[in-house]
Amino acid sequence: MRKSKRLYLYPLWLRIWHHVNAVFMVVLIATGLSMQYSDPAYPVIRFDLAVSYHNIAGVGLTISYFIFLVGVLFTSIGRYYVVKTEGLLTSFVRQLRYYLFGIFRGEKSPFKVTEKQKFNPIQLITYNVTMHAIIPITFITGWALIYPETIVLNVFGYSGIMLTSLVHSIAGFFISIFLIIHLYVITIGPSTITNLKSILYGYHEEHEPHEHETNDNPEKE
Amino acid sequence: MGGGELYTGNEKIIKRFQVDSGSAYLIRRCKCQNNKMPAKASHTKRSVIRYMLLCLPVVIAWVLSGAEAREKEKAEPDLDADSRMCLECHSALRYNLVDPETGDVVSMKMYEELRIDPWEYVNSTHGGFSCVDCHSMDYEIHPHPIGVKFEPMYGCLDCHGFGDQYAAFNFHTIEEEFMRSVHGDHYIEDFSCWSCHNPHTYKNTARLGGAITEIVAYNNSMCLGCHGDISHYEVLIERQLTNMLSKHDWLPNQSLHFRKVRCIDCHATVHEDILVAHHIVPANEAVRNCVDCHSTNSILMASLYKHQLQERRNKYGFFNAAITSEAYIIGANRNYYFNVISVVIFGLVLLGIAIHATLRYINYRRHHAKK
Repeated sequence: MRKSKRLYLYPLWLRIWHHVNAVFMVVLIATGLSMQYSDPAYPVIRFDLAVSYHNIAGVGLTISYFIFLVGVLFTSIGRYYVVKTEGLLTSFVRQLRYYLFGIFRGEKSPFKVTEKQKFNPIQLITYNVTMHAIIPITFITGWALIYPETIVLNVFGYSGIMLTSLVHSIAGFFISIFLIIHLYVITIGPSTITNLKSILYGYHEEHEPHEHETNDNPEKE
Repeated sequence: MGGGELYTGNEKIIKRFQVDSGSAYLIRRCKCQNNKMPAKASHTKRSVIRYMLLCLPVVIAWVLSGAEAREKEKAEPDLDADSRMCLECHSALRYNLVDPETGDVVSMKMYEELRIDPWEYVNSTHGGFSCVDCHSMDYEIHPHPIGVKFEPMYGCLDCHGFGDQYAAFNFHTIEEEFMRSVHGDHYIEDFSCWSCHNPHTYKNTARLGGAITEIVAYNNSMCLGCHGDISHYEVLIERQLTNMLSKHDWLPNQSLHFRKVRCIDCHATVHEDILVAHHIVPANEAVRNCVDCHSTNSILMASLYKHQLQERRNKYGFFNAAITSEAYIIGANRNYYFNVISVVIFGLVLLGIAIHATLRYINYRRHHAKK
């Protein structure tokens, strides 16, 4: 029987925020796709309903984002989002190598989750870019499209609304890619559902390795 | 109208930006001075020169715009002598009526519907005509004899109904479409072409190729001239004027729709032989299905953007590209390249995940087989 170590990394408010945010994201992606690829012959979600649900979920996402931001700025979870540039590239490459090759050879992850560091370098950069760049771009352009009178009419011969919509759609596309990879990453843990249990119950679980498994851990080299 | 407001708003933004950039520069300059930087005098001088250079375009624009306005004030509309005489009274708020027998003079009010702006007239489609080309010569007599009130009014087809130069306009089809419309089915008396197209001010905006917002604002002003103004509406029909805003409550982004599309784009059926639809349908038959416009087969390409047919749907690039210079219609303006790139990226991500998951599963099986 393996021993397992448990760390309480996901407080209740964070888990509730995460799940509510996920619902908003899914609604936004589904309604956004339905509007972008609207076709009278194949109506996925009725256009006017899609517009209303998209707007409501967009308002929700904005509020949710600011709750998250307050959490990052004023609670202990903020430390997980601090990027230290020293050695970042090396550890990023090491983590990438693990995901691309090491994981198939049964190697252990080069990154160890601790109370001080929740995210591996790839997660750290991805979450920071998503949460602090892509999502703000999405909701800022989204709000601008709700109030299009705030958008500059013409930018170098192109409609300002068109350019805003393009940026909004591209940002939304990246979020949908993030979501798919994020869902897949749930299955990469000591067991397929370990990470899912973590975000449901709050505890990060890490199995102590068997004796024969310890030799190929790069961190111990 | 909306279009005007939008332009006004934009000008304000530009002005604010100009002021902001100026004040930002001043703040920078003050900071430098407070820091007592070396070569302070020359630095300040340079700063003043730079500030003046920054202001130069604004000053030039101001001088030029002032000159243009003064030029316009001085200039007079290019009218023939007869028309000039008519408009002496018909462009004024009041005119003097002289009794030819007694010589008594009385100042009379010129009613709005008889008043014509000379500039608007000369810039209109019919602006090259003299007044008496269409109106009786007897109008040159003052006071006008009562007989002129009985002169037959010309209709569009009297001039435009024949001749090769008007064949492309299909005026006969326009008339047929008008007669089929709610305006032409005779429950409104005295409704004619002139009810919407004032012959003294009318401009064929759809063929002039101006900005879509201007075309929309101009066209909608014709509809709202009656449908948004009880004083005009009530002389045509005894019916309560519908509140246009509450009637269109269902429309998301109502004000944007009002600025970007014409009333007739939803309230008229398109005829392929004419540029602007004239078959106005009853309100309950108007377009209400969002995807009629918000899809690649957008009906707007056959109506509002018909004059830009040469730019219409291009397989490579934006669908309905004609729209994108002034607007963006969700669903109608997809971009071919973005579509392809997004599908490829999406496919690669899914493929990558599938390969990754498979390799992980193989490793898992191998690991357990060893155990």
